[in-house]
Amino acid sequence: MNVVIVDYGAGNIKSIQFAFKRLGVDAVLSNKPEVIKAADKVIFPGVGEASSAMEMLKQSGLDELIPKLKQPVLGICLGMQLMCNYTEEGNTKGLGIFDVNVKRFSKVVKVPQMGWNTVKNLKSDLFKGINEAEFMYLVHSYYAENCSEAIATSDYELEYASALENDNFYGVQFHPEKSSVAGEQLLKNFLKL
Amino acid sequence: MLTKRIIPCLDIKNGRTVKGVNFVDLRDAGDPVELAKQYAKLGADELVFLDISATLEGRKTMHDMVLKVAEQVNIPFTVGGGISSIEDVDDLLHCGADKVSINSSAVKRPELINELSNKFGSQCVVVAIDAKQIDDEWVVHLAGGTIPTALNLFTWAKEVEHRGAGEILFTSMNNDGTKAGFANEALAKLSEMVNIPIIASGGAGTVQHFVDTFNEGKADAALAASVFHFGEIEILDLKRELKTNNIEVRL
Repeated sequence: MNVVIVDYGAGNIKSIQFAFKRLGVDAVLSNKPEVIKAADKVIFPGVGEASSAMEMLKQSGLDELIPKLKQPVLGICLGMQLMCNYTEEGNTKGLGIFDVNVKRFSKVVKVPQMGWNTVKNLKSDLFKGINEAEFMYLVHSYYAENCSEAIATSDYELEYASALENDNFYGVQFHPEKSSVAGEQLLKNFLKL
Repeated sequence: MLTKRIIPCLDIKNGRTVKGVNFVDLRDAGDPVELAKQYAKLGADELVFLDISATLEGRKTMHDMVLKVAEQVNIPFTVGGGISSIEDVDDLLHCGADKVSINSSAVKRPELINELSNKFGSQCVVVAIDAKQIDDEWVVHLAGGTIPTALNLFTWAKEVEHRGAGEILFTSMNNDGTKAGFANEALAKLSEMVNIPIIASGGAGTVQHFVDTFNEGKADAALAASVFHFGEIEILDLKRELKTNNIEVRL
C-alpha cells in the first residue's frame, strides 16, 4: 500500500506518519506532484492558520493538483477545512471540494475546542466498526457547517460537520492519529477504501 | 459533548521519570514511554511531560523520548520545561509533540507567546502559570514557586490569552503537594475570566477533589501526578465516578 502524506509545511505530520507505522504501513512524506499522483491513498494534513497554509499549497502548485486526484484522499483538521469552499480564518478561499463554508465558534464557548468530543450520525464506510457517539480528539477554533456532505456531526456551541465526504474525498475535523483505538480504526478503514 | 480531561503529569530528568512510580505491570517504571503507553491504555485523555533536566545533554535525551512517545502512544501529549525559543518549539513539534508548555520564558519575554502562536498556531501553545496566594493576592511565581514576580495571576492570565495562548495550566503553589484539593475558587474565577481552556493542577488527593474542581472550579481538565503514579487513584475508576456525578468524560 502506497500511502503519501502531503508535506507542504503545515503542522505536525510526524504523528500521522507514526500512526500509520503502528498499523504496519510506511507512509511517505512528499510535496512532489508525481509522487502524490502515484499514491494509492493520500493524506492531506494541516495544523496552523488557514490563509498561510493555503499560500504554501499554492507555492507548490498543490492547490491545483489536490482537487483533481482520483484516489481516496483524507483531509485532517485544517486539511479538511481547506478542502471546503471558504473559511472565515484569514478570509480564505478553499479548494471547493466540499460544498460548505467554515466559520469561527463564537465567544459563547471556549475557543479553541480542545479535547475529546463524540461523533454521531455516522454515515460512511470510513466509520465502519466505529460506534455511534464514539470519542475523537479535536483541537479547533473553526468548524464546517452541518451540510448534506456531512458523514459525522458533533456538538459544540451548535451541531457542526465533524467529517465530510464527496466522491473519493474525505475530511475529518478530529485527529484520528491522536484518537486512541477509535482513531486507529478510522485509519484502517481509510486504507481499505 | 466535549468531555472533561484527565491528565497525568510525568516529571522527566535525563530521559527518565523522576518521582517514584508504583505500577504493578510495568517492566520498567522509570521508562516514560512504557508509562505513557500504560496511561493511554488506562484511559488518560492526554499526557504532560515536564523536563526538569538541568543540563544540555539531559535536554537532548528529551528529544529522543518525545520521538519514542510520538511513535508509540496514540493520545495527545504536551512537553514542557526549559522551552524559551521558536527553535526549541520547532524541534519538539518535529519530534511529534502535540503541544508545548512555557512558563518562566513567557514571564521573562511575553512576546514569545505571540511568536509561537503566530508560527505554530495557538492550539499548541500552553502557558503554565504557578501562583501562590499571599494575603489576598494571587502572585505569579517562577522556578517551581520559589521566586515571586510582580504579576497578578488574573492579569497575567488575561494577557497570555490576548497574546495567543491556546490553554492555561494553572498550578496553585498553596495546594500543590498537599493532597487537600484544588484551588477551586481561583480556578473558577480564572475560567470565567478567560475564554480558553483551563487545566487545574496542584492538590489532587481524592476522587472528590476532581469532582469539585470540575463542578466548583469550572476547570476544563485536571492534572495530577503522584495519585496516579502510586496507583492511589485509578484513572478508569475516577472517570466512572465523575460520570456518576454527571460530569462528562470519555469512557
